[in-house]
Amino acid sequence: MSNFINGLFRLRRSPWEMVASILIALGVVMLMQPFVLGVYTYSFIVTLVGTVMFIIVSHFPE
Amino acid sequence: MTGSPIDKIADKTPMRVARNIKGLSDRTIAWIFVAPTIFLLLAVNIFPLIWTIRLSFTDYRVNRPNRDVEWVGLRNYERILNDPDIWNTMQATAHFLIWTIVLQVLIGFTLAYLINKKFKGNDLWTTIIVFPMMLSPAVVGNFWTFLYQPQIGLFNYVVTFFTGGDPASFSMIGDVHLAPWAIVIADTWMWTPFVMLICLAGLRSIPDSIYEAAECDRASKWRQFWTITIPMALPFLMLAVLFRGIENFKMFDLVVQLTGGGPGNVTTLTSIDLKREAFEKWRTGYSSAYAVILFVTVFGLASIYVKALNKVKER
Repeated sequence: MSNFINGLFRLRRSPWEMVASILIALGVVMLMQPFVLGVYTYSFIVTLVGTVMFIIVSHFPE
Repeated sequence: MTGSPIDKIADKTPMRVARNIKGLSDRTIAWIFVAPTIFLLLAVNIFPLIWTIRLSFTDYRVNRPNRDVEWVGLRNYERILNDPDIWNTMQATAHFLIWTIVLQVLIGFTLAYLINKKFKGNDLWTTIIVFPMMLSPAVVGNFWTFLYQPQIGLFNYVVTFFTGGDPASFSMIGDVHLAPWAIVIADTWMWTPFVMLICLAGLRSIPDSIYEAAECDRASKWRQFWTITIPMALPFLMLAVLFRGIENFKMFDLVVQLTGGGPGNVTTLTSIDLKREAFEKWRTGYSSAYAVILFVTVFGLASIYVKALNKVKER
């Protein structure tokens, strides 16, 4: 866990890619869940932030 | 000077042109070869994408080209993301996507595992199993429409043979609860062979020596399966899931042919809904925003999936 947090502070690729992946997955689940319409409303912005973040952080050093 | 045709052509080339070509660096020549491809890619892929993003912020209607186009900002996105009908469409797509992938991977891997065992008629069975994949989705759609007919369809007879009752008592395509499963079954029938072929390639790439070493260590068949077969075939399985996931997210032809999105909207997948918005209601700006949402979703999912695939391959 401390490695993960250190990696985030030192702008390392793996932990940031993990954060971006979680955001994308969360966005897709929010988009397709059948429970709350309000959650669906914010799904696209979460997916978009995750996807853009993924593109940016994949250029960070390992 | 030699007598080869190339030398003869070279001799006939004017000196001015010949000098220019000789003056080109390797890098320039490489660019000359690559430029047409890059140009085509920009014209066919990148430009339409940028144009779609631009249109998604307008109220443009392609059937009224002379009308003034108004810049509406994020209104199209707001409408889509607050529309309960599109939300239902997303759920129908999720149902279709999840169940087709689960069934195709399970059945495809099992078939590949069985086909990988050496037995008589192995090649014949592979050809028979692969047959549905070679058919056109329109043919498969028609074919399954007949199979699902409550009066004469074979599907109802087979089901009631095992469960009892009247074959005409249920309609796979006409029932709101059964129709989502009807499209899952038809797609699974058609595309399981594709998953099987990818899994078969994975299973055949595992060297026999690993199994022989496991036999020497007295590992049981069950343990060999979980510690050798599955981990070594996993990249291929993940590849199959990626291909089928992206394809099924865009599924259109088979479902249109089979149910047309009905009954009601229970089998209206996102691509069918998008087509209706774009080419039946002619709301081009709105449908562009819809397309952008779907694109970002597929792109995001594909990104994390490719990353996971690379990690598995590195192991």
